[in-house]
Amino acid sequence: MLLNNSPKTLFEKIWDQHVVVPETENTPAILYIDLHLIHEVTTPQAFTQLRENNLSVRSPNKVLATMDHSTPTVPIKTINDLDLVAEPGPAEQIRDMIKNCQDFGIELYGFDSERRGIVHVIGPELGATQPGRTMVCGDSHTSTHGAFGALAFGIGTTEVAHVLATQCLLQRKPKTLAVNLNGQLNDGVSAKDIILKTIGTIGVDGGTGHVIEYRGSTVPSLSLEQRMTICNMSIEGGARAGMFAPDELTFEYLQGRPMSPNGDDWHKAVDQWKQLVSDEGSVFDKEVDIDVDSLKPMVTFGTNPGMVMPIDSVVPDHHGNQSFKQALDYMRVESGKPLLEKSIDVVFIGSCTNSRLSDLQDAAQILDGRKVAENVRAIVVPGSQAVKAEAEALGLDKIILNSGAEWRESGCSMCLGMNGDTVGNGQLAVSTSNRNFEGRQGKGSRTILASPKTAAASAISGFIQDPRLYKSN
Amino acid sequence: MEKIIKFTSKTVVLPNEDVDTDQIVPARFLTLPSKVGIGECLFYDWRYNESGEPNKDFILNKKESRDCSVLVAGNNFGCGSSREHAPWALVDFGFKAIISTSFADIFKNNCLKNGLIPITVPKNIHDWLMDNPRVEVTIDLEKTLLHTDQGHEASFPIESFSRYCLMNGMDQLGYILSKEAEIQKHENKL
Repeated sequence: MLLNNSPKTLFEKIWDQHVVVPETENTPAILYIDLHLIHEVTTPQAFTQLRENNLSVRSPNKVLATMDHSTPTVPIKTINDLDLVAEPGPAEQIRDMIKNCQDFGIELYGFDSERRGIVHVIGPELGATQPGRTMVCGDSHTSTHGAFGALAFGIGTTEVAHVLATQCLLQRKPKTLAVNLNGQLNDGVSAKDIILKTIGTIGVDGGTGHVIEYRGSTVPSLSLEQRMTICNMSIEGGARAGMFAPDELTFEYLQGRPMSPNGDDWHKAVDQWKQLVSDEGSVFDKEVDIDVDSLKPMVTFGTNPGMVMPIDSVVPDHHGNQSFKQALDYMRVESGKPLLEKSIDVVFIGSCTNSRLSDLQDAAQILDGRKVAENVRAIVVPGSQAVKAEAEALGLDKIILNSGAEWRESGCSMCLGMNGDTVGNGQLAVSTSNRNFEGRQGKGSRTILASPKTAAASAISGFIQDPRLYKSN
Repeated sequence: MEKIIKFTSKTVVLPNEDVDTDQIVPARFLTLPSKVGIGECLFYDWRYNESGEPNKDFILNKKESRDCSVLVAGNNFGCGSSREHAPWALVDFGFKAIISTSFADIFKNNCLKNGLIPITVPKNIHDWLMDNPRVEVTIDLEKTLLHTDQGHEASFPIESFSRYCLMNGMDQLGYILSKEAEIQKHENKL
């Protein structure tokens, strides 16, 4: 067929390889899903649907299950201790997850597993996230896994049931958006700032209906952890997914991981993965350029991630937009005023956006030998039990605890406050998470999204602070 | 599932732009094990004040909103989290359709699987609906047409298979299950 010879984007190559039944005017494509990630919050009703329809899980070995959203971040030894630290709702949900996985023959990385952690942190660190795979999860931040050149996106609970029962998903083919990242990151500026700037540029609905591929001269120098931060928040720009083409750094990251291919299979896999680049001359439906050379640390000022500005700037005018004005009122910020030196109450370093080892190292470099300001509660939550162990082996826990910040077990924690880790009503938090929606971190909470460096600098200062002022001790 | 072909209802207007699913159902209610009764949690932090009393100024708490099953919402409704609890709560509360200028992708997909019709209309019609609450609109899924009792008319896009399933009260899973041979064939190649 002529079409097969036309240049394809990375996304189109993976899409084509996974079409079980092509889309027609009347029916969407049936797309094969290589790996299904599940957690306790968006699966109970899907398992109920399977039970009601007398269906089994088609491929339990293609399901990676953990618990992260409602899990406590204080240590518990066994599941029996759960009620001592968790509210009844989350505790019941966790027990349901254990039962559902047992009943349907799915291996679960639970409290007794060293592999437990935030689903978007453990997939990559186990080597389950691989280039060219299709991956879904009942979680919008599934876009994270695109950092490896996987096609990964969030789905709803009904679709979770579809994938459990059939290993397939009904999908219309999305459009493509190239985000060209040009230049190099300056000191004190992070991958988080790249994605916040990108969302500010395209808007929170700029990516709707599209899969983003991040390209450009910045890419070869971005680590996989930095790429994950960028892909993670693609959904905050409305995109279905975000992707980077796999390269030598990707292969280096994956080699030797527990679920990565090994021996001859490894070499075969790498040969295949090397084909996963957008062909010369392939066409994207839209393109956007982001200048990384001139990028400064970014902070949000409103109640969605598109309301973002350079840290040394002033809050923009609302130009009569009521929703914008309401957001500024909720945040108690004023147009024309800076955010720098605005007093804060809480600093949260964690979440599937920024809880990996390099994020904790970024924060620890600034916290090292310094004290968290008296008016601030700072909490550091590693993304997985493996990240926690690695960080402790490097002594980061000591640095963090000596600064006066809390050091926790892994989980989603204060990103969405389901597990009891919340920002108080009216309190202002600088958070390395992904959403600054009203009440996201607890009823009445106010959130400023920023990088781990900005969060750490702000924790020390007691107010929103530019991390470029804090060189490591 | 109930067949949906055509219905008429009054509209209620929630003009906020970029309403995220955390507002539609706050995260602390995501531990509810069932879809039934979740309408209680809909827009909880906007509907209720600190002491749990209904916020009298919030539009859905007003008497005149009670018989409205069509929500007219600001641009980019349903952004953020993939939680299907958002359409479950809207349906459980009594909504059958939402009209906006755009919807977030995952939310839109979730709506279509729960008998809640996301209707994207041109800005001029949307502006008029925003300015004129409590008009009667008829939503015709067969003709993919929306018309108002004031004579406005707009056709709306809807994914064809979802439309077919809604009109026939069909669950989409049955279609995938019917393609077992094709799925098997794909798996044999792996």
